[in-house]
Amino acid sequence: MSKLTLKTEGDTHVVVTRRFAAPPEFVYRAHTDPKLLQKWLLGPDGWTMPVCINEARPGGKIRYEWTNGKGGGFHITGEYLELEPHSRIVHVERMHLPDPTPDNHVETRFDADGSGTLMTIRMTLPDAQTRAAMLATGMEGGMEASYVRLEELIYNSSGHGTQLGKQAHS
Amino acid sequence: MDTSPNLDAAFSALADPTRRAILARLAAGEATVMELTAPFEMTQPAISQHLKVLEEAGLVVRRVQGTKRPRRLAKGGIEAMDQWLAMLRNALERNYDRLDEVLASMEKPKKGEKR
Repeated sequence: MSKLTLKTEGDTHVVVTRRFAAPPEFVYRAHTDPKLLQKWLLGPDGWTMPVCINEARPGGKIRYEWTNGKGGGFHITGEYLELEPHSRIVHVERMHLPDPTPDNHVETRFDADGSGTLMTIRMTLPDAQTRAAMLATGMEGGMEASYVRLEELIYNSSGHGTQLGKQAHS
Repeated sequence: MDTSPNLDAAFSALADPTRRAILARLAAGEATVMELTAPFEMTQPAISQHLKVLEEAGLVVRRVQGTKRPRRLAKGGIEAMDQWLAMLRNALERNYDRLDEVLASMEKPKKGEKR
Protein backbone atom coordinates (compact mmCIF):
# COMPACT_ATOMS: atom_id res chain seq x y z
CA MET A 1 0.00 0.00 0.00
CA SER A 2 1.43 3.29 -1.05
CA LYS A 3 0.67 6.51 0.76
CA LEU A 4 1.85 8.57 -2.17
CA THR A 5 -0.40 9.74 -4.96
CA LEU A 6 0.67 11.69 -7.97
CA LYS A 7 -1.52 12.85 -10.79
CA THR A 8 -1.63 15.39 -13.52
CA GLU A 9 -4.40 17.95 -13.50
CA GLY A 10 -5.41 19.97 -16.53
CA ASP A 11 -2.57 20.76 -18.89
CA THR A 12 -0.15 22.42 -16.52
CA HIS A 13 -0.59 21.02 -13.01
CA VAL A 14 0.89 18.11 -11.13
CA VAL A 15 -0.58 17.20 -7.76
CA VAL A 16 1.18 15.03 -5.19
CA THR A 17 -0.38 13.93 -1.92
CA ARG A 18 1.18 12.05 0.97
CA ARG A 19 -0.05 11.28 4.50
CA PHE A 20 2.19 11.49 7.55
CA ALA A 21 1.66 10.21 11.08
CA ALA A 22 3.08 13.44 12.53
CA PRO A 23 1.04 16.65 13.00
CA PRO A 24 1.21 19.54 10.48
CA GLU A 25 3.61 21.56 12.63
CA PHE A 26 6.22 18.79 12.37
CA VAL A 27 5.81 18.31 8.65
CA TYR A 28 5.98 22.06 8.06
CA ARG A 29 9.18 22.32 10.10
CA ALA A 30 10.71 19.43 8.19
CA HIS A 31 10.10 21.41 4.99
CA THR A 32 11.58 24.69 6.20
CA ASP A 33 14.48 23.74 8.49
CA PRO A 34 17.68 23.18 6.44
CA LYS A 35 19.10 20.71 8.97
CA LEU A 36 15.99 18.59 8.71
CA LEU A 37 15.72 18.93 4.92
CA GLN A 38 19.26 17.64 4.51
CA LYS A 39 18.18 14.43 6.22
CA TRP A 40 15.41 13.50 3.86
CA LEU A 41 15.21 15.54 0.65
CA LEU A 42 17.80 13.40 -1.08
CA GLY A 43 16.24 11.28 -3.79
CA PRO A 44 17.82 7.94 -4.65
CA ASP A 45 20.15 6.22 -2.21
CA GLY A 46 23.68 7.53 -2.40
CA TRP A 47 22.73 11.17 -2.98
CA THR A 48 23.40 13.91 -0.45
CA MET A 49 22.57 17.60 -0.20
CA PRO A 50 25.74 19.40 0.88
CA VAL A 51 24.24 22.86 0.32
CA CYS A 52 20.82 23.69 1.72
CA ILE A 53 19.79 27.33 1.88
CA ASN A 54 16.22 27.83 2.97
CA GLU A 55 15.16 31.29 4.10
CA ALA A 56 11.63 30.59 5.26
CA ARG A 57 10.11 34.03 4.88
CA PRO A 58 8.33 35.76 1.99
CA GLY A 59 11.00 36.71 -0.55
CA GLY A 60 13.46 34.35 1.11
CA LYS A 61 15.81 32.32 -1.06
CA ILE A 62 15.95 28.61 -1.64
CA ARG A 63 18.99 26.81 -2.94
CA TYR A 64 19.50 23.08 -2.78
CA GLU A 65 22.57 21.38 -4.22
CA TRP A 66 22.76 17.64 -4.59
CA THR A 67 25.61 15.33 -5.39
CA ASN A 68 25.93 11.59 -5.86
CA GLY A 69 29.54 11.67 -4.69
CA LYS A 70 30.73 10.42 -8.09
CA GLY A 71 30.89 13.72 -9.88
CA GLY A 72 27.17 13.85 -10.60
CA GLY A 73 25.06 16.66 -9.26
CA PHE A 74 22.64 19.47 -9.90
CA HIS A 75 20.91 22.23 -8.03
CA ILE A 76 17.68 24.11 -7.80
CA THR A 77 17.05 27.69 -6.82
CA GLY A 78 13.83 29.34 -5.79
CA GLU A 79 12.09 32.01 -3.78
CA TYR A 80 9.40 31.90 -1.16
CA LEU A 81 6.21 33.81 -1.94
CA GLU A 82 3.95 33.03 1.02
CA LEU A 83 4.29 31.13 4.26
CA GLU A 84 1.49 30.37 6.68
CA PRO A 85 2.95 28.41 9.58
CA HIS A 86 2.15 25.49 9.81
CA SER A 87 -0.36 25.06 7.07
CA ARG A 88 0.78 26.42 3.74
CA ILE A 89 3.88 27.29 1.72
CA VAL A 90 3.97 28.90 -1.72
CA HIS A 91 7.24 29.12 -3.59
CA VAL A 92 8.71 29.05 -7.07
CA GLU A 93 11.63 26.89 -8.05
CA ARG A 94 13.65 25.96 -11.09
CA MET A 95 16.22 23.28 -11.83
CA HIS A 96 19.62 24.12 -13.26
CA LEU A 97 20.65 21.43 -15.69
CA PRO A 98 22.73 23.62 -16.00
CA ASP A 99 20.39 25.97 -17.89
CA PRO A 100 17.47 26.97 -15.70
CA THR A 101 14.15 25.29 -16.42
CA PRO A 102 11.00 27.45 -16.53
CA ASP A 103 9.67 28.31 -13.07
CA ASN A 104 7.63 25.72 -11.27
CA HIS A 105 5.07 27.43 -9.01
CA VAL A 106 4.49 25.19 -6.00
CA GLU A 107 1.81 25.40 -3.34
CA THR A 108 2.26 22.98 -0.45
CA ARG A 109 -0.55 22.52 2.05
CA PHE A 110 -0.33 20.72 5.39
CA ASP A 111 -3.81 19.80 6.59
CA ALA A 112 -4.54 18.06 9.89
CA ASP A 113 -5.75 14.54 9.20
CA GLY A 114 -6.71 12.83 12.45
CA SER A 115 -3.55 12.96 14.54
CA GLY A 116 -1.46 13.20 11.38
CA THR A 117 -1.09 15.32 8.29
CA LEU A 118 -2.30 15.24 4.74
CA MET A 119 0.23 17.05 2.60
CA THR A 120 -0.86 18.28 -0.83
CA ILE A 121 1.69 19.67 -3.26
CA ARG A 122 0.21 21.43 -6.24
CA MET A 123 2.70 22.35 -8.95
CA THR A 124 1.88 24.71 -11.77
CA LEU A 125 4.08 24.79 -14.83
CA PRO A 126 3.93 27.54 -17.44
CA ASP A 127 2.53 25.27 -20.14
CA ALA A 128 1.90 21.68 -21.15
CA GLN A 129 5.24 21.37 -22.92
CA THR A 130 7.16 22.39 -19.82
CA ARG A 131 5.23 19.93 -17.73
CA ALA A 132 5.95 17.18 -20.23
CA ALA A 133 9.63 18.05 -20.17
CA MET A 134 9.64 17.99 -16.38
CA LEU A 135 8.03 14.56 -16.37
CA ALA A 136 10.54 13.37 -18.94
CA THR A 137 13.67 14.64 -17.28
CA GLY A 138 12.26 14.08 -13.82
CA MET A 139 14.41 15.42 -11.13
CA GLU A 140 17.17 13.02 -10.67
CA GLY A 141 17.20 13.62 -6.97
CA GLY A 142 13.49 12.94 -6.92
CA MET A 143 12.54 16.11 -5.02
CA GLU A 144 9.10 17.43 -5.73
CA ALA A 145 9.65 15.32 -8.77
CA SER A 146 6.61 14.31 -10.51
CA TYR A 147 5.70 11.30 -12.35
CA VAL A 148 2.56 9.88 -13.68
CA ARG A 149 2.01 6.19 -13.51
CA LEU A 150 1.82 5.34 -17.12
CA GLU A 151 -0.70 2.60 -16.91
CA GLU A 152 -3.07 4.88 -15.00
CA LEU A 153 -2.58 7.60 -17.54
CA ILE A 154 -3.28 5.30 -20.41
CA TYR A 155 -5.81 2.84 -19.12
CA ASN A 156 -7.87 5.17 -16.97
CA SER A 157 -8.40 7.59 -19.78
CA SER A 158 -9.83 4.82 -21.90
CA GLY A 159 -13.06 5.63 -23.67
CA HIS A 160 -12.96 9.29 -22.89
CA GLY A 161 -9.42 10.39 -23.29
CA THR A 162 -10.13 13.94 -22.25
CA GLN A 163 -10.65 12.91 -18.63
CA LEU A 164 -7.41 14.44 -17.47
CA GLY A 165 -7.94 17.56 -19.51
CA LYS A 166 -11.43 18.07 -18.20
CA GLN A 167 -10.33 18.32 -14.61
CA ALA A 168 -8.79 21.64 -15.43
CA HIS A 169 -12.17 23.20 -15.94
CA SER A 170 -14.09 21.53 -13.14
CA MET B 1 13.85 -3.99 -33.36
CA ASP B 2 12.56 -0.82 -31.79
CA THR B 3 14.96 2.02 -31.71
CA SER B 4 15.35 3.33 -28.20
CA PRO B 5 12.52 5.73 -27.48
CA ASN B 6 12.96 9.43 -26.99
CA LEU B 7 11.60 9.93 -23.48
CA ASP B 8 11.24 13.65 -23.86
CA ALA B 9 9.19 13.25 -27.04
CA ALA B 10 7.24 10.43 -25.44
CA PHE B 11 6.12 12.50 -22.46
CA SER B 12 5.37 15.46 -24.71
CA ALA B 13 3.22 13.18 -26.83
CA LEU B 14 1.29 12.20 -23.71
CA ALA B 15 0.51 15.82 -22.86
CA ASP B 16 -2.38 15.70 -25.31
CA PRO B 17 -5.69 14.12 -24.24
CA THR B 18 -6.55 12.85 -27.70
CA ARG B 19 -3.22 11.07 -27.95
CA ARG B 20 -3.75 9.52 -24.53
CA ALA B 21 -7.13 8.27 -25.71
CA ILE B 22 -5.54 6.82 -28.84
CA LEU B 23 -3.03 4.96 -26.69
CA ALA B 24 -5.86 3.75 -24.49
CA ARG B 25 -7.62 2.37 -27.55
CA LEU B 26 -4.43 0.73 -28.83
CA ALA B 27 -3.86 -0.83 -25.43
CA ALA B 28 -6.94 -2.90 -26.24
CA GLY B 29 -5.42 -4.07 -29.52
CA GLU B 30 -4.32 -3.13 -32.99
CA ALA B 31 -6.50 -0.67 -34.90
CA THR B 32 -6.63 1.11 -38.24
CA VAL B 33 -6.75 4.88 -38.60
CA MET B 34 -10.42 4.61 -39.51
CA GLU B 35 -11.17 2.61 -36.38
CA LEU B 36 -9.18 5.05 -34.30
CA THR B 37 -11.03 8.01 -35.78
CA ALA B 38 -14.51 6.64 -35.07
CA PRO B 39 -14.76 7.55 -31.34
CA PHE B 40 -13.58 11.13 -31.90
CA GLU B 41 -15.21 14.17 -33.32
CA MET B 42 -12.16 14.67 -35.45
CA THR B 43 -11.19 14.17 -39.04
CA GLN B 44 -9.03 11.27 -40.17
CA PRO B 45 -6.14 13.60 -41.13
CA ALA B 46 -6.24 15.10 -37.63
CA ILE B 47 -6.02 11.63 -36.08
CA SER B 48 -3.24 10.72 -38.52
CA GLN B 49 -1.32 13.75 -37.36
CA HIS B 50 -1.64 12.61 -33.72
CA LEU B 51 -0.50 9.13 -34.75
CA LYS B 52 2.53 10.63 -36.43
CA VAL B 53 3.51 12.33 -33.16
CA LEU B 54 3.04 9.07 -31.27
CA GLU B 55 5.09 7.17 -33.85
CA GLU B 56 7.91 9.67 -33.75
CA ALA B 57 7.94 9.41 -29.97
CA GLY B 58 8.40 5.66 -30.27
CA LEU B 59 5.07 4.86 -28.63
CA VAL B 60 3.18 3.51 -31.64
CA VAL B 61 4.24 1.39 -34.60
CA ARG B 62 2.48 0.47 -37.82
CA ARG B 63 2.57 -2.56 -40.06
CA VAL B 64 1.47 -3.10 -43.62
CA GLN B 65 -1.55 -5.29 -44.32
CA GLY B 66 -2.65 -4.92 -47.91
CA THR B 67 -3.81 -1.34 -48.28
CA LYS B 68 -4.20 -0.94 -44.51
CA ARG B 69 -1.63 0.28 -42.02
CA PRO B 70 -2.87 -0.92 -38.66
CA ARG B 71 -1.22 0.69 -35.63
CA ARG B 72 -0.32 -0.89 -32.34
CA LEU B 73 1.48 0.10 -29.16
CA ALA B 74 5.25 -0.03 -29.35
CA LYS B 75 6.09 -2.20 -26.40
CA GLY B 76 9.64 -0.95 -26.06
CA GLY B 77 8.55 2.68 -25.83
CA ILE B 78 5.89 2.08 -23.23
CA GLU B 79 8.18 -0.09 -21.14
CA ALA B 80 11.01 2.42 -21.18
CA MET B 81 8.67 5.17 -19.97
CA ASP B 82 7.25 2.88 -17.34
CA GLN B 83 10.69 2.05 -16.00
CA TRP B 84 11.60 5.70 -15.94
CA LEU B 85 8.47 6.63 -14.05
CA ALA B 86 8.92 3.79 -11.60
CA MET B 87 12.40 5.11 -10.88
CA LEU B 88 11.09 8.63 -10.27
CA ARG B 89 8.31 7.35 -8.08
CA ASN B 90 10.78 5.28 -6.17
CA ALA B 91 13.00 8.31 -5.57
CA LEU B 92 10.04 10.33 -4.35
CA GLU B 93 8.93 7.56 -2.02
CA ARG B 94 12.43 7.18 -0.64
CA ASN B 95 12.34 10.87 0.29
CA TYR B 96 9.09 10.58 2.16
CA ASP B 97 10.06 7.34 3.87
CA ARG B 98 13.10 9.19 5.18
CA LEU B 99 10.87 12.10 6.19
CA ASP B 100 8.72 9.66 8.19
CA GLU B 101 11.85 8.75 10.16
CA VAL B 102 12.84 12.40 10.63
CA LEU B 103 9.34 13.23 11.90
CA ALA B 104 9.36 10.31 14.29
CA SER B 105 12.58 11.56 15.84
CA MET B 106 11.40 15.18 16.21
CA GLU B 107 10.47 16.56 19.59
CA LYS B 108 6.85 16.99 20.49
CA PRO B 109 5.46 20.52 20.14
CA LYS B 110 6.12 22.75 23.12
CA LYS B 111 2.39 23.19 23.65
CA GLY B 112 2.46 19.60 24.86
CA GLU B 113 -0.30 18.78 22.47
CA LYS B 114 -1.40 15.20 22.95
CA ARG B 115 -1.44 13.21 19.74
